[in-house]
Amino acid sequence: MSGSALLRRFGPALLAPTMAVGVALVISGLVIALIGENPFEALAVMFDFGETPAQQTQAIVLILNRAIPLFLAGLAVSIAFRMGLFNIGVEGQYRLATILAAGVGAAVVLPAPLHVLLIVVVGMVVGAAWAGIVGVLKVTRGVSEVISSIMLNFIALGLASFLLTGPLNGSEPGDSIINTPTIPESGRFPGLNGFLGAIGLAQPRTQLFGFLVVAALVGVLISVLLNRTRFGFDLRATGLSPSAAQASGVDARGMVIKTMLLSGAVAGLIGMPDLLGEQYKYGTQFTAGLGFLGIAVALLGRNSPVGIAFAALLFGFLDRAAIPLQFADIPASVVTIIQGTIVLAVVIANEVTRRLTRRQAERAGAGHSGAPPDGEGVAAVAAAASGGQRVRAGEPGGQQGAQS
Amino acid sequence: VSTVTTTPATDRGRGPLTELLTGGGTARRIMWILLGIAVLFSLVRVLSGQDELTSASVFRAALTLAVPIGLAALGGLFSERAGVVNIGLEGMMILGTWGAGWAGYQWGWGAALVGGLLFGALGGVLHAVATVTFGVDHVVSGVAINILAAGIVRFLSELLYAGPDSPGGGPTQSPAIDRQPSFSVPVLSSGADLLGDLERQHWFLISDAAGLLRGVTNGVGLLTILALLLIPVSYLLLWRTAFGLRLRSCGENPAAADSLGVPVYTYKYVAVIISGGLAGLGGVFLVFDAGIYNEGQTGGRGFIGLAALIFGNWRPGGLAAGAGLFGYADALQLKEKTAVVALLLLVALVLVVVALWQAVNRRFLRASLALVAALGALLGFLTTERLPDGIVSFTPHLTTLLVLSLASQRLRMPKADGLVYRRGEH
Repeated sequence: MSGSALLRRFGPALLAPTMAVGVALVISGLVIALIGENPFEALAVMFDFGETPAQQTQAIVLILNRAIPLFLAGLAVSIAFRMGLFNIGVEGQYRLATILAAGVGAAVVLPAPLHVLLIVVVGMVVGAAWAGIVGVLKVTRGVSEVISSIMLNFIALGLASFLLTGPLNGSEPGDSIINTPTIPESGRFPGLNGFLGAIGLAQPRTQLFGFLVVAALVGVLISVLLNRTRFGFDLRATGLSPSAAQASGVDARGMVIKTMLLSGAVAGLIGMPDLLGEQYKYGTQFTAGLGFLGIAVALLGRNSPVGIAFAALLFGFLDRAAIPLQFADIPASVVTIIQGTIVLAVVIANEVTRRLTRRQAERAGAGHSGAPPDGEGVAAVAAAASGGQRVRAGEPGGQQGAQS
Repeated sequence: VSTVTTTPATDRGRGPLTELLTGGGTARRIMWILLGIAVLFSLVRVLSGQDELTSASVFRAALTLAVPIGLAALGGLFSERAGVVNIGLEGMMILGTWGAGWAGYQWGWGAALVGGLLFGALGGVLHAVATVTFGVDHVVSGVAINILAAGIVRFLSELLYAGPDSPGGGPTQSPAIDRQPSFSVPVLSSGADLLGDLERQHWFLISDAAGLLRGVTNGVGLLTILALLLIPVSYLLLWRTAFGLRLRSCGENPAAADSLGVPVYTYKYVAVIISGGLAGLGGVFLVFDAGIYNEGQTGGRGFIGLAALIFGNWRPGGLAAGAGLFGYADALQLKEKTAVVALLLLVALVLVVVALWQAVNRRFLRASLALVAALGALLGFLTTERLPDGIVSFTPHLTTLLVLSLASQRLRMPKADGLVYRRGEH
């Protein structure tokens, strides 16, 4: 494949995110300039990883450790997106899954690999079950998944706080930070710093989460499942056109529930890197907000696992930059503004490139029956775009026919 | 296809009782439902001995909690009636709280009102640009606005509140602001306080009504009155004027509206900007209530407003009922944790009625299921003294979810709601 062919194949897919990041950087630069700081200095601060090799690997490890849960969160959101469902409840799903997994993990004693496996499975099952409620309510009662998952978010957080202060409380009375009991040694996931040493990098202070391997594996699995199996085809087909999928024999109701279960199971993994690699317990200080950031990451990554991985790395990079920015007297909230602007810019850019590619295809189609240059990218955007269309319909388009 | 569900059985052989209960159109039916609810609550209060269930203080708190939700829901009404799903209500509300705090601490409560309105409307402009001009998916744009709003207010607070010229402010809060003026109805609920006396008698039905009336007439803020007025005003504007008809036509069939000369893009812009302004007003109310701007003050109320809108079937009266229900459940769990248990008795009573109704209609499986659930709820009421805090905290959300899952099938949203409209592509 020549260079120009490559560009034609992947150009549109890369164009939108690149444009979006560019626009976001310009806007954020203007904001920084507006408060009288030098934007280029801020940029330099964000890219400053430290002097010594150890400091630099430390910075990289921090970025990766933040990116791993963000990747899983983005993946969970994207699975539902591909089907045209909007799983805004990832936040509640992973918080409830993590606390229950932490509780179970601390309560049992098992040999190391089984113990870790049990904790992970509990997390996935809880996440799937919580997301499954959304699916069941949607197909049986026609409740919009957006609303039910928002309500279930609140309920999950309430349940988590009840569990934390009640049955699963492992703190001494009077402690200001309440935690679940600590998971014993056998239930912890080994870090990857040995590997970093082996490839000749200086040892950082923090352990690189070993869960990185699992996350990568999950990414590959989901990618294969969505792109190479019958289930994945049905899922994407339903996302693109519910009525067409229904007409070709896809069970739309079953697909809604299965997709939510899968999305929830991946959501159940989001808390695991932190739980098994660093904290070993769930508490009031446990990382929050990953579910909402996951939506942003999924949008930026255009719902493809590779794209989501890059988006997660970008967000991890931005989040790490918050502290050095603070030291340089630049408000750390600039980072949130950059993230929000990126998301808004990327969805607008997606839409603009989608229209451009279509116009191009129409022009090409006039001469010869050429396929759109980037079928998959367009499909992903269309899937995301159709997410909102049936959000409130209660049920996928053709379903009313199925009921009567 | 499945919308035609009316069975001919209901039209045949109407007895005088059925005629009394269901005749006379919607107005009479709503009246009966309201009366039924009143009797039910009164009964539960007397049976459970939880006087807080219908006390003036709970109703006042309920009103306070319902107003911001109702304002957000009204905002959602305008935008969704014009066909734009607005999940960014939360973000616009956040902008509203900040605007109110910033303008309020410098120039008083009137400026706070305008500031919140303008900041919310700015969020609306952003949403309109993304969804109407660029045709971005509505939910996606809304989520982005929510993320962005959180970042913007933190940034602005660090910039403008943390400095030395704003005493009492910080990176997450504004300096204190003036309270809004508030009113009470003399003789009835202040001074002689006749309603208060009546309420303290704890008579069946009468005291409950007095509690409700006193709750909504004692110490009512200016913005509360404004919000209550906005509900009929929105109804009249949307359903009784040419402007409203055109706006709603953009949400039902924009292509047809366009062909009749309605400037669809302009109407969508106006609707989304009004939507942002109303959500911003909801934020102003929260700031007035606390007397200060605090980060995270909205606490997801924009989302709940959206749920209230759907619950209310995209109608002003319905969304007000949804906001009221949520506000009441929230007030109950805040004011009197033990009274929440009494709600179980309410659920049990409702389920018994449902069971009887199903049995009369010869659906015995459903009837027995409802009866079993009723017994479960009754058992819960009799054995539980008080629920743990974590569980009580989500009473309103659980109530909303339950009511929605019971009612959702009968809801009908605007036909083109959430669809991206591109001129000439339809």
